[in-house]
Amino acid sequence: MSQAQSGIVRRQGPRQIALRILLFAVLGLFCLYYLIPLAVMISTSLKSLDEIRTGSLISLPHEISLDAWSKAWSSACVGVRCTGLEPYMWNSFLMVVPAVLISTFLGAINGYALTKWRFPGANVIFALMLFGAFIPFQIVLLPMARTLGYFGLAGSVYGLVFVHTVYGLAFTTLFFRNFFVSVSDGIVQAAKIDGAGFFPIFFKLMLPMALPTIVVSVIWQFTQIWNDFLFGIAFTVGDSNPVTVALNNIVATSTGVKEYNVDMAAAIIAGLPTLLVYVLAGSYFVRGLSAGAVKG
Amino acid sequence: MTNAGTPRVALERFLDRWLPQIVVSPLFAASLVFVYAFIAWTIYISFTKSGVMPNYTLVGLAQYERVWSTPRWYVALQNLFVFTGLFIAGCMIIGVLLAILLDQRIRLEGAIRTIYLYPMALSFIVTGTAWKWILNPTLGIEKLVQGWGFRDFSFDWLVDPQMAIYTVVIAGVWQSSGYVMALFLAGLRSVDDEIIRAAAIDGAGPVRTYATIILPMIRPVFLSSIIILAHLAIKSFDLVVALTGGGPGYATDMPATFMYAFAFQRSELGTAAASAVMMLMTVMAIMVPYLYSEIRGSAK
Repeated sequence: MSQAQSGIVRRQGPRQIALRILLFAVLGLFCLYYLIPLAVMISTSLKSLDEIRTGSLISLPHEISLDAWSKAWSSACVGVRCTGLEPYMWNSFLMVVPAVLISTFLGAINGYALTKWRFPGANVIFALMLFGAFIPFQIVLLPMARTLGYFGLAGSVYGLVFVHTVYGLAFTTLFFRNFFVSVSDGIVQAAKIDGAGFFPIFFKLMLPMALPTIVVSVIWQFTQIWNDFLFGIAFTVGDSNPVTVALNNIVATSTGVKEYNVDMAAAIIAGLPTLLVYVLAGSYFVRGLSAGAVKG
Repeated sequence: MTNAGTPRVALERFLDRWLPQIVVSPLFAASLVFVYAFIAWTIYISFTKSGVMPNYTLVGLAQYERVWSTPRWYVALQNLFVFTGLFIAGCMIIGVLLAILLDQRIRLEGAIRTIYLYPMALSFIVTGTAWKWILNPTLGIEKLVQGWGFRDFSFDWLVDPQMAIYTVVIAGVWQSSGYVMALFLAGLRSVDDEIIRAAAIDGAGPVRTYATIILPMIRPVFLSSIIILAHLAIKSFDLVVALTGGGPGYATDMPATFMYAFAFQRSELGTAAASAVMMLMTVMAIMVPYLYSEIRGSAK
């Protein structure tokens, strides 16, 4: 489709060209609006503290220094422990990988069972489970803290894996249910007539078809769980904190000189995994967002 | 058929019949316990005199009276209204504008969209940390503008109890406006090109076409965007903690940080539970009618 035929601004004249230039100017300004904070973060993280004090927010570093990065990674103080972000990055990975895989798998099989083996009450069960995606989590913080304590999971990464799996399930179920509803029942009926059972149909027929939904669910869950702060701060202590909590502790540490360059390097490190996923698989992320439109 | 085979066949028949229910029931049970029973527990605790430890002695509405007699709660509510209103307005204005501009079939659309939406992939803690530095009263924007020659320029909202809540709005809008853009762009793309062409033939200019024809057609997108943003605003916790820590003092407290402070810092469980119940009620008041209409709409 050629440019001249589509869109609203269609005819080519001096006025249209001027409008088009204005259009790009506004779009460009907004690009700056979204990018400048990131640029400021990167540039600040590469400056020395002296240069931060003498230079301005948007000035580029005269001498590029990676000291802040190495300090943020391996020696910045998180509360009283001066270990940098490294161990907390591992905590986040140890939390996010199992939680994402388990919640996606359970959501897939749940969505499949609820749509392709419709039994009486399946819709009610789905509606009741979906409700869990909308609650403000403050309403479950207190009982969950006690439950984790009771099972000896309080203050551990395993506890967080469990919490994120349980509260991610409503959402992954929603993703897969919406996908499987669109798959023709005839395929499943034919497989049943051929004698295939519940699990063979799921693993051999349905899961391969659901590959794009699996990607959407994995990316969504990864972003949500990696970025979580509430469960992390409520249910873990000290050295089992996920990276978001550790970052907040680095920034909030009020003793000594405030090292803005280290803060910025730490913030970029903590944001890098989800940013990478977004850059590599942006279209799936957007699909998750629009499926999440129901959830928010 | 041999006798030995019969129990096996029976088992297979049984599994065939019940396997879906067997698979779903533990997941459903988890939801019943960790969502419904937990909510019930929190509601119950909100009617008891629980302090540091849960105490199951009922005291009626005493905890709610306590919340409503705490000045800090009023600050939190006022902040919630200010933040929610400005956050929704800011995200909607920027999001709708950008979606319309991007809808003009321009080159580089994909790249520009990626730039507009990337803050959504970041944690609110990362966003808060970045804006805390940018809005820093001594070295941040204030110094930048002073360096341009405006010696008297002052920008200390971050440490000004009256203005600090607006810094949360600034960072929140920066992070979430791209989301509204994406929702509206998808909505605009779903409008039939024929209608747009017909409007153009009738001589309607682009502004009029959007204002009177296209935007009214995607009215549901307005509703769902506003609901999503309101939902985000009521739950907002991370951004406040990272940007202002609820301060100065408790000037930027919100219900979510109020609840956290009473639950985990002051260990007043009953009061914390009462505030959590009020948060749930607020979210439900918005979400239940919306979900109901969504489900009814899709059933048609």
